[in-house]
Amino acid sequence: MVLGNYKTALSARSTDADILKCSQDGGVVTQLFAYALEEGIIDGAIVAGPGDEPFKPEPVVAMSKEELLAARGTRYTISPNMKLIKEATRSYGLDKVGIVGTPCQMQALRKAQLYPMGMRSVPDKIALAIGIFCMENFPYQGLETIVEDHCNVKMESAVKMDIGKGKFTVYTERGAVSQIPLKETHKYEQPGCHVCLDYVANLSDISTGSVGSPDGWSTVFVRTKKGDDIWSKAITAGCFETKDIASVKPGLDLVTKLATGKIDKNKKTLEERATFGVGKGLRNPYI
Amino acid sequence: MGLLSRLKEIFTGSQQASEKKPEAVADIKRPVTASKPAKKPEDVKVEQKQDGKNKEDKPVVNKITVGHVHMSGCTGCLVSLADNYAGLFKILDDYADLVYCLTLADVRHIPEMDVALVEGSVCLQDECSVREIKETREKAKVVVALGGCAAYGNITRFCRGGQWNQPQQESFVPIGDLIDVDLYLPSCPPGAEAIRNVCVMAYLLLQGNDDQKALAAAYLKPLMDLAKRGTEACGCDLMVDVINQGLCMGCGTCAASCPVRAITIEYGRPNINRDMCIKCGACYAQCPRSFFNFDVMNQFEGITEAIDGAMGKGGQ
Repeated sequence: MVLGNYKTALSARSTDADILKCSQDGGVVTQLFAYALEEGIIDGAIVAGPGDEPFKPEPVVAMSKEELLAARGTRYTISPNMKLIKEATRSYGLDKVGIVGTPCQMQALRKAQLYPMGMRSVPDKIALAIGIFCMENFPYQGLETIVEDHCNVKMESAVKMDIGKGKFTVYTERGAVSQIPLKETHKYEQPGCHVCLDYVANLSDISTGSVGSPDGWSTVFVRTKKGDDIWSKAITAGCFETKDIASVKPGLDLVTKLATGKIDKNKKTLEERATFGVGKGLRNPYI
Repeated sequence: MGLLSRLKEIFTGSQQASEKKPEAVADIKRPVTASKPAKKPEDVKVEQKQDGKNKEDKPVVNKITVGHVHMSGCTGCLVSLADNYAGLFKILDDYADLVYCLTLADVRHIPEMDVALVEGSVCLQDECSVREIKETREKAKVVVALGGCAAYGNITRFCRGGQWNQPQQESFVPIGDLIDVDLYLPSCPPGAEAIRNVCVMAYLLLQGNDDQKALAAAYLKPLMDLAKRGTEACGCDLMVDVINQGLCMGCGTCAASCPVRAITIEYGRPNINRDMCIKCGACYAQCPRSFFNFDVMNQFEGITEAIDGAMGKGGQ
């Protein structure tokens, strides 16, 4: 169960050169939303658009491919995408909403659908929820510290950041590459991530991330009926090149290994929290 | 009840008896009648509905009984229940009889009922309200605090009396300060779909088979825990019980759920404008780190389908 329920797992890459030019890996999220938007499967998608500071995302409701393209690529800090979920259905009046988010945001989304106390009009209007793999996240100031102090790169001159193979890597516009061991970044992680028991967005319709697939490709889990339906249509429409997950290099074994690692570590954190004080503990949200 | 049937005719047209039988519906099965002893007269009364043509093709004898008890609230929660539109009729057709509701049912005194949805806080200076909330507790098997006022006082917390024509009425308390409450449904008002889901789950809890009962119990438990948590709520709960506890991950849900837009997300954490906060409890209740029951959430697809099915929205 560390990988959640899924119907299909595969390796995929967008067939759209525009999307791939600046995508983090296989451009799966951008491509899927672009296709869904074009086909009327969604009226708009809540994505992490550009914010007022470099690499500080701001949630936006993207209603065109241009807006989607402006939002592609990973920013290793929080984009509170859920904050637009009611806005999208009520202020924007969208009937079919797409949303991308981290595993915790997918959890928030499903809670919003099952217990929509403060989420009027939301539950029945989620057409496509795409989850992204997530080990942990940094507050913006944490990311800034990592990039500027540890990697010696100005936030303004960074063009891409990446986490993989135990390294945190920053690429600059002039072609310089700065790399530090991921271990050095751990202390800047946000504490709320340390109780998270989901690595591969188990509750999304489709979840995706780089882990498990070769460079430039993304691993994709198709999880729900809705996700399956949209995915197969997108494949038929020629949106993606795919590879059998069993045939690609690190494959699902690595995904399983990382997922298990995260869940075990965070379960331990939850246990420690339970007896954190003297005869008193910290709150456990999972009851 | 007569009024409701008429309303229903107006909205759906009298011939459109297109309600699907609940049997046709995903997971929710009508339990066998024999399994449930008819304890109360209300259980049977339903058969004598007047709208001849529209009559359900199967007499509905095992509906649960629901009442709406109106304390000091604005009727917004009742409107939210009604905002299920056709879903409200479906609920009243198949799952619940509205046995008490000052706005929609011509019943003067609080009857025995399975579920009492209480809207509004209790005015301590209003004898009738105090008597009625106690009576509600005695007559209802399950008391639900419907909405922020009943659960936490909401804006009535800010009352200080001095208003024409009852200037002495100044103390308004959440119902939990006077009676035991079984379940909270916070927010101002609680989303129509949330009330719908709780109605369906209450039905399953009281009338379903063992599996359905287990699911409904698991679904309702966090809302019952909220009722045990206390009668005070504020945007501060996000600080005290989420951020201070090292649990916030900045998803943005609280900002979306706030009915008065008092919450913005600044650098990944909620920023609460406490002057604007009306103390409805929505943000904390909606936060994925206030409660998150995996046993229910992991079944989100099935539950959503089942609820859609129960509401006659199955299919595509």
